[in-house]
Amino acid sequence: MSELARPIERRQTITAADQERLRRQLSATWYVPRGVIGWFSVADHKTIGRRYIVTAFCFFIFAGVLAGLMRLQLAVPNNHFIGPDLYDQIFTVHGTTMMFLFAVPVMEAMGIYLVPLMIGTRNIAFPRLNAFSYYVYLFGGVMLVVTMLMNTAPDVGWFSYVPLAGPDYAPGKRADFWAQLITFTEVAALAVSVELVATIFKSRAPGMSLNRMPLFVWSMLVTALMVIFAMPSIVTCSTFLLLDRLVGTHFYNPAEGGDALLWQHLFWFFGHPEVYIIFVPALGIVSSIVSAFTWRPIFGYAAMVMALVATGFIGFGLWVHHMFATGLPALGLAYFTAASIVIAIPSGIQIFCWIASLWRGRPRFHTPLLFVVGFVAIFVLGGLSGVTLASVPFDLQVHDSYYVVAHLHYVLLGGAVFPLIGGLYFWFPKITGRLMDDGLGKWNFWLLFIGFNVTFFPMHVLGLEGMPRRIYTYPDNMGWNTLNLVSSLGALLLVLGGALFVYNVVRSYAWGLAAADNPWGAETLEWSVSSPPPVYNFLHVPVVEGRCALWDRSADAPIVTGIRSDIREVLITDVMDAEPVHKTEYPEPSIWPFLCAVVTSAFFIGSIFTPWALPVAILPLAITLVGWFWPKKRDREREAEERHEEAERRSRPVPTMREARA
Amino acid sequence: MNGEADARRTLDVAALPPMAFGNQGLIWWGTVGFMVIEGSMFVIGLVVYFYLRLQVRDWPPGLPNPGLRFGTWNLLVVLASCVPNLFAKKAAEKFDLAGVRVWLGVLVLMGVVSVGLRALEYTTLNCRWDDNAYGSIVWVLLSMHTIHVATDVVDSGVLLALACTGPITKSRFADFSENSLYWYFIVAWWIPIYVTIYFMPRWL
Repeated sequence: MSELARPIERRQTITAADQERLRRQLSATWYVPRGVIGWFSVADHKTIGRRYIVTAFCFFIFAGVLAGLMRLQLAVPNNHFIGPDLYDQIFTVHGTTMMFLFAVPVMEAMGIYLVPLMIGTRNIAFPRLNAFSYYVYLFGGVMLVVTMLMNTAPDVGWFSYVPLAGPDYAPGKRADFWAQLITFTEVAALAVSVELVATIFKSRAPGMSLNRMPLFVWSMLVTALMVIFAMPSIVTCSTFLLLDRLVGTHFYNPAEGGDALLWQHLFWFFGHPEVYIIFVPALGIVSSIVSAFTWRPIFGYAAMVMALVATGFIGFGLWVHHMFATGLPALGLAYFTAASIVIAIPSGIQIFCWIASLWRGRPRFHTPLLFVVGFVAIFVLGGLSGVTLASVPFDLQVHDSYYVVAHLHYVLLGGAVFPLIGGLYFWFPKITGRLMDDGLGKWNFWLLFIGFNVTFFPMHVLGLEGMPRRIYTYPDNMGWNTLNLVSSLGALLLVLGGALFVYNVVRSYAWGLAAADNPWGAETLEWSVSSPPPVYNFLHVPVVEGRCALWDRSADAPIVTGIRSDIREVLITDVMDAEPVHKTEYPEPSIWPFLCAVVTSAFFIGSIFTPWALPVAILPLAITLVGWFWPKKRDREREAEERHEEAERRSRPVPTMREARA
Repeated sequence: MNGEADARRTLDVAALPPMAFGNQGLIWWGTVGFMVIEGSMFVIGLVVYFYLRLQVRDWPPGLPNPGLRFGTWNLLVVLASCVPNLFAKKAAEKFDLAGVRVWLGVLVLMGVVSVGLRALEYTTLNCRWDDNAYGSIVWVLLSMHTIHVATDVVDSGVLLALACTGPITKSRFADFSENSLYWYFIVAWWIPIYVTIYFMPRWL
């Protein structure tokens, strides 16, 4: 690199006319295409992020309706409203949808939307891959909904244990739809994770060194890395399941040297980190909300980051605690008990840091902060039941009972959905330009908080009283009647709370108060741009001067100039200190990622029915991929520009350092 | 702002280059991200192989050992392909288009040979995927690797076509360079997979 190729600090005169010209040019360059083809070509992270969030919430409502049906069925004993076969499909699709089509995608969606804005860049890295991931996710999800409507939905539980899910006990295609749904969602999640890691490591605004990165960005980084290491395991094991069912391999067939427990190992090696993949982004959301509503930086930033990273590591050492009842050697189980208790430590550190932040700040109890407080209460309870489940003798008593159902809903709804809804109240003004109604929000919170506890707390007791999970009905004389009825009434409150949330979203979107750029006075960079943000995110990429980008900003804060506005140029910085290194050009919108997703989806669905889907799909897949990467008009222009620059540089005498600075 | 001139502190990045090789570049991070994902899949495949070994007394269970010939030839070919791969990478990093064309061409040829040998390898495994769990994992391990080899041969072929037809931008050379990185990754994984498939039946 020559001496010239360095960022230069100086003072530049920027007039209002200059700014206006820049604004116009950036809007034209970073345009969001229109029309039908345009709709499918969009590569903007905000548009794709919004679609991801809305789609995930549609699946959330779908799975919530299924949950409501289950509570209706279980409200009274000996109920025959839903038969056992349909009930099996309903609980399987409920769990699968919530885990794979709602929780993980919605958290990644928050990252897709917010991370580029929080770190001060113009788009997510690999924007076309981002669009591709969305369509693959969408098609996979639609496939599952269609199977439910056609009464051919998976019916073997959301973790699809063999041999139940194997070729001998699950004839038909139900279990195959489950296995391929996994492939769909994992391809999407893995793609997003690679984008997020590259974006976070390489395109932070100058000055945002790692130790100044917002905690939400840290949480997305840890999540993305966990996805990258955990999801290959489930891709592999669900592919093995499909192969066992489709072409007669014997991975899970003990009669031919396979092993059923192999499934559980591979599934939970993914499945336990999965819980943290859902939960860690929520921690980031909580930190964002706490600092914004106390107007002070989070207490113990370094401890928080260490806790996130520690959670990411320890999360991989817990998987066998889902398998305590399988007869594995007791000595080995002791390790997993210890690890399961140890992971409470980083969670505890974070809880105490938030409490300290609230204690020392002046908390304003708007809706987002209420959800955070609700999260702390519910999550601590869920964490406590988790610690009890880590004990092998206790686990054996309550294994596969409603105690486990209670625990997992406390950690997932309490640990992820409460912060998420709080986060949506928090970022809604940024995303839509309008504030959500705070009065309705408070009703919303209390309905959900009370409804949640009324629904799920009795399940602890039901589990201790021996009620197994996944039964479609129960006899009258078990002593479970009252608590089940209470739980179902609680579910009614949850439905009301959910409906109120949707109503508030729709109402606020149409008629809500217009939001200022920074309605909460928060500290991260997304609040420095208009609400909703312009397509190019930042008129001038900022130079970050402290950990709280907006609060630490000096009156004379520098801005970055020299990023081209006539092409989609983005500044790339180095991993540790975010020093500017080079610039790169992001691709234009393109229809090819969508086409590629269509072919990929057709291949995934086809391979449920025949192994010939692979050879048939190869050619169209290759065509769409080549189309995706084949140079466009823009590349030829770029070639000409670079030749021109090269020629100019050669014809020019090399300036000295002093001349260059001047 | 009233149109008055306003001298602001700025960080002018106009002079920065339009791309970078290695871990300063974005393409490197994308490539490495997928290498980690796929590497994890290979690790899991190998773990499953040894896990299944523990389930039975004999290995391979009731089947002859796989034949060594084509797998070993393939090992030699892919190891040898590191030479054109190295030169292709070096040429890319010197923006030497002619060098890229030549060495990428040699690489693609060797890749095609490797895929051909791979097809022959399937005939010498001496098992079918549906014989037993051993057969299943051997076929899957070999196929996982084959998919990678075949994909990157096609990928390199497309890059070669681009190198010949243009347009050639500087950032294209980063693509050439990281493609070579990915090929090293595929070659490196063949070593443990080769040893596992062909020698573990003999040693274990």
